[in-house]
Amino acid sequence: MSTETLEMPVAKPKEALLSKRRKKFITDPLNDDNPITIQVLGICSALAVTTQMKPTMVMAISVIFVLVFSNLLISVMRNLIPGRVRIIVQLAVVATLVTLVNEVLKAYAFDMYKELSVFIGLIITNCIVMGRLEAFALNNKPYDSALDGLGSGLGYSWIILAVAFFREIWGSGKVFGYPVFEAIGMDDFQANGLMVSPVGAFIVLGIIIWVQRTKTGYVEH
Amino acid sequence: MQQSNTYIIVFSLILTAVLGGLLSGASQVLGPAQKKAQDLDTKKQILGAVMPMDEVNSKTPEEILALYADVITSVVADYQGNIITTNDKGGPMIAENVNVEKNYKKSQEERQYPVFKYHKAGQEDNVEAYILPVFGAGLWDAIWGFMALNTNLESVRGITFSHRGETPGLGARITEGEVMARYVDKTFVDSNGNIVSLDMVKGENNPESKLGPHKVDGMSGATLTANGVNAMLNNYYGYYQNYFDKHAKKGAMAVN
Repeated sequence: MSTETLEMPVAKPKEALLSKRRKKFITDPLNDDNPITIQVLGICSALAVTTQMKPTMVMAISVIFVLVFSNLLISVMRNLIPGRVRIIVQLAVVATLVTLVNEVLKAYAFDMYKELSVFIGLIITNCIVMGRLEAFALNNKPYDSALDGLGSGLGYSWIILAVAFFREIWGSGKVFGYPVFEAIGMDDFQANGLMVSPVGAFIVLGIIIWVQRTKTGYVEH
Repeated sequence: MQQSNTYIIVFSLILTAVLGGLLSGASQVLGPAQKKAQDLDTKKQILGAVMPMDEVNSKTPEEILALYADVITSVVADYQGNIITTNDKGGPMIAENVNVEKNYKKSQEERQYPVFKYHKAGQEDNVEAYILPVFGAGLWDAIWGFMALNTNLESVRGITFSHRGETPGLGARITEGEVMARYVDKTFVDSNGNIVSLDMVKGENNPESKLGPHKVDGMSGATLTANGVNAMLNNYYGYYQNYFDKHAKKGAMAVN
């Protein structure tokens, strides 16, 4: 009995719910390790859905939901998942969550469902999701994994919302569908058609990456 | 950690059962709400063919359903133009429940053809427009919509389109209000009373003088989608001729 107690690790003081280490899970992906601008993952949906703020917002919330819960579930099961089939297990979990999101949208936000349905389905293949599962959730505890998912989701969200903001205001003169230029009396605002096409997203995203890397000094190796 | 094959198979089976159960449960729970949302969307599109879509969208779901009940009466006709009153199961035939996509897969003689008649509230005999559902193939996937004809049964009063997979920015533009508005007052019948095809042309920004009453300005870069739209509209205009001959009062055109 005495040997047993010796092998027991000294009980660590309980880590605070949002300790410094855990805060980093959330703050890191916002800037220094942003999934879109630094890891260059999830570009496809960043280009496709960002013509207007509203669908972008729905997309962002959906991705955060899928990321948090897939990270959580995989992390809970991490010691049960057979190593040889782990990818397909991850895929099954992600696909289930994505289908749930799609069904909920169909029931309660039909207009958004019509507009986004294809892209919601493609969250399954969003590299950020599988990337976080492989890199983090399989080796970390559930709570930490959920935080990591939330961080990556927020990092993804603020970038696509920023892209959508510039595309909507330049492309259609609106923010969340509200005509800002008309509101301040600029009735002759000429919308830029380039911003509505996917090319506009490339340009805006490129500029965001440029500005960000100039500030952080990040260089690709 | 290397697990045995049995473990992997059992794990997979359990996971599949759990996830599958979750999904079918969700679909059961959400089913009624989805049906309602879909219904509302169809009614919005039908109303959108006879009034500005912005006006329809600014209403609450309850207002839309109430308005729809007031101003739309619907019937279902067969290819010969006879009204169908009972469905396959013997219940009453409801035009809103006719699945145009499923019908599209049958031969045109076997299809059911819903007609939505637009009138002022309470004046069911004084039809102002006939709204026909249309369905066809775009470039990538299905396209469909509702075409409202004036009571002369020749000219278009309004149109709404939907699509499943047309290219955003190109073919998907058929759902833009400005593109749909190009069809207003275009006609399927020439001055001699013959039916001619109403087509969206290739290329954009054609002057109205060049287009005339049977041509619609095209969408640049989306000629193949436009071809699908052309086939869809002209086919369905043809399919409804028997119904028009038997039931629609063409003489009412003067009133309009």
